[in-house]
Amino acid sequence: MAEMSGATTPAGASEMTEGADGIRRRDWIHIAALSTAGVGGASLLFPLVSQMSPSADVLAQGSTEVDVSAIEAGQAIKTMFRKQPLFVRRLTAEEIDEANAVDISTLRDPQTLAERTKEGHGDMLITMGVCTHLGCVPLGAGEGENRGEYGGYFCPCHGSHYDTAARIRKGPAPLNLVVPEYEFTSDTVVRVG
Amino acid sequence: MSFAWAKQYEPQSAFTKWLDEKLPLPRLVYNAVGAGYPVPRNLNYMWNFGVLAGFFLMVQIVTGVVLAMHYAANSEVAFGTVEHIMRNVNYGWMLRYAHANGASFFFIVIYLHIFRGFFYSSYKAPREMIWLLGVVIFLLMMATAFMGYVLPWGQMSFWGAQVITGLFSAIPIVGEPLQVWLLGGFAPDNAALNRFFSLHFLLPFVIAGVVILHIWALHIPGSSNPTGVEVKQESDTVPFHPYYTAKDGFGLGVILIFFTLMVFFLPNALGHPDNYIEANPLSTPALIVPEWYFYPFYAILRAFTGDLTIPFTGIVLIPAKLLGVIAMFGSILVWFILPWLDKSPVRSGHYRPLFRKFFWFGLIPTMAALFYLGGAHAEEPYIMFSQIFTAYYFLHFLVILPIVSQIEVPKPLPFSITEAVTGKDKPAE
Repeated sequence: MAEMSGATTPAGASEMTEGADGIRRRDWIHIAALSTAGVGGASLLFPLVSQMSPSADVLAQGSTEVDVSAIEAGQAIKTMFRKQPLFVRRLTAEEIDEANAVDISTLRDPQTLAERTKEGHGDMLITMGVCTHLGCVPLGAGEGENRGEYGGYFCPCHGSHYDTAARIRKGPAPLNLVVPEYEFTSDTVVRVG
Repeated sequence: MSFAWAKQYEPQSAFTKWLDEKLPLPRLVYNAVGAGYPVPRNLNYMWNFGVLAGFFLMVQIVTGVVLAMHYAANSEVAFGTVEHIMRNVNYGWMLRYAHANGASFFFIVIYLHIFRGFFYSSYKAPREMIWLLGVVIFLLMMATAFMGYVLPWGQMSFWGAQVITGLFSAIPIVGEPLQVWLLGGFAPDNAALNRFFSLHFLLPFVIAGVVILHIWALHIPGSSNPTGVEVKQESDTVPFHPYYTAKDGFGLGVILIFFTLMVFFLPNALGHPDNYIEANPLSTPALIVPEWYFYPFYAILRAFTGDLTIPFTGIVLIPAKLLGVIAMFGSILVWFILPWLDKSPVRSGHYRPLFRKFFWFGLIPTMAALFYLGGAHAEEPYIMFSQIFTAYYFLHFLVILPIVSQIEVPKPLPFSITEAVTGKDKPAE
């Protein structure tokens, strides 16, 4: 074995012997080869991780159009946006008043009703139907469902109560029901997303 | 088992000492592919391909598991989900091309690995079990690759499934019920696609298990080497790490250049355009061929065009269809008895002048020709050439090898590996 252990092999002397500074030429080869292999191997992780992110067809489902003309005051509909329930509600005058009467400094997630609706369409409350606690669908959009102590939505999973502006008032949820990005493309049609 | 002079694993840190007592996994790796495995010092680059085959098995498993996250094995949507992978899934095109070309590269390195074994007689005692397990791995690979090719549910997938399961229908009496059972129907359909997907996912892990047995069996006698002379003393070996980890690493780098070249610049060069047409049970493509790595065996299958009859009576002993199937399976099964067909005590082709001539001028041109003929149209003169080369193929293994090993006068062998390398050695003390 002795004649194979590099450091004493005459033919390999220039690569294998230590210089005055204790560095061998082969050290550089080791560092270069292993770094190239390491960076190459690590960069392969990127596509392997990225492939689990939403694919192009999932991202393309990003917008939904909703015709709100048939929704009467006091009524709500459930529809789908990005494979999740979307609540579209036309508020009654009393519900608007009730929402505006609240002192927002007392709220867990302070927002006014005006901040949660579009100008000129202050009675159209469009929110995700996904409780901000752990993702259940709150009750209250359907006819005769429990709308909770504050007259908005009530999540039966863990008892979160939302008010008429779908703001969290009681229970474990941390935030108001999310208002997605949307715009009125005409007086009666909303494009969500 | 290993040689007496093999280095022993010595855990350095408190943690590795603790681990070594509880679960000596680092010790296992050290003895298998580390400094604890003494390997003949004279291995050439033909000894790279075992490690490379293991690498491509891992490529196939990793990319395959990922593709299975996006693929649906349902004949209604399977073709569409493959296009979904190509167009929608992030880097899906790259993963699928890596998987498709990875299969080809797996077979390239496996063929080189097998032919290394033919030339250096790696199958001879005491390494018969390694060879037998290797043939099992090759058969499992063929089954896995075939079923994988069905999954995209294109025209070649469908008709490949039809033709290959049709092979079983050649078996007398039970053949046709067997084909129906294999397919779960009268033609390839959803049932066949689902079971092929299930097995295509399972078999690579079975292969990985047999690979472990293959390596286990290898570590008992240790690696063979280009002289075919067994290791005698410590000066005949070097530790696997760093000597062969470095050599295999270099070979890996070279083959990865070609692999990435194929994946990124010629991803469909080894495929068939017909497989981008969705499966259609009413229309067969003009040229039905398997993937390139099955060509030699496909050529053998198609070489049998006439029934085997008793002369002058017209009584059919074996119909042509069955003959072709028997020959095709036989062409691989003959490898199982190879250790007992080649009786020469000398292993390496370098010291066997007659064997070497038949290897380079017989077996290699025959395999090359069968590779070409398997992809050609089933018409003359290709059929005649297929018949000639099929005949030579079986003659080579069943007649020439046994006779050559009896009559050949081998060249004198070096005393040891050390002598072969350095030109001088003294007998071991």
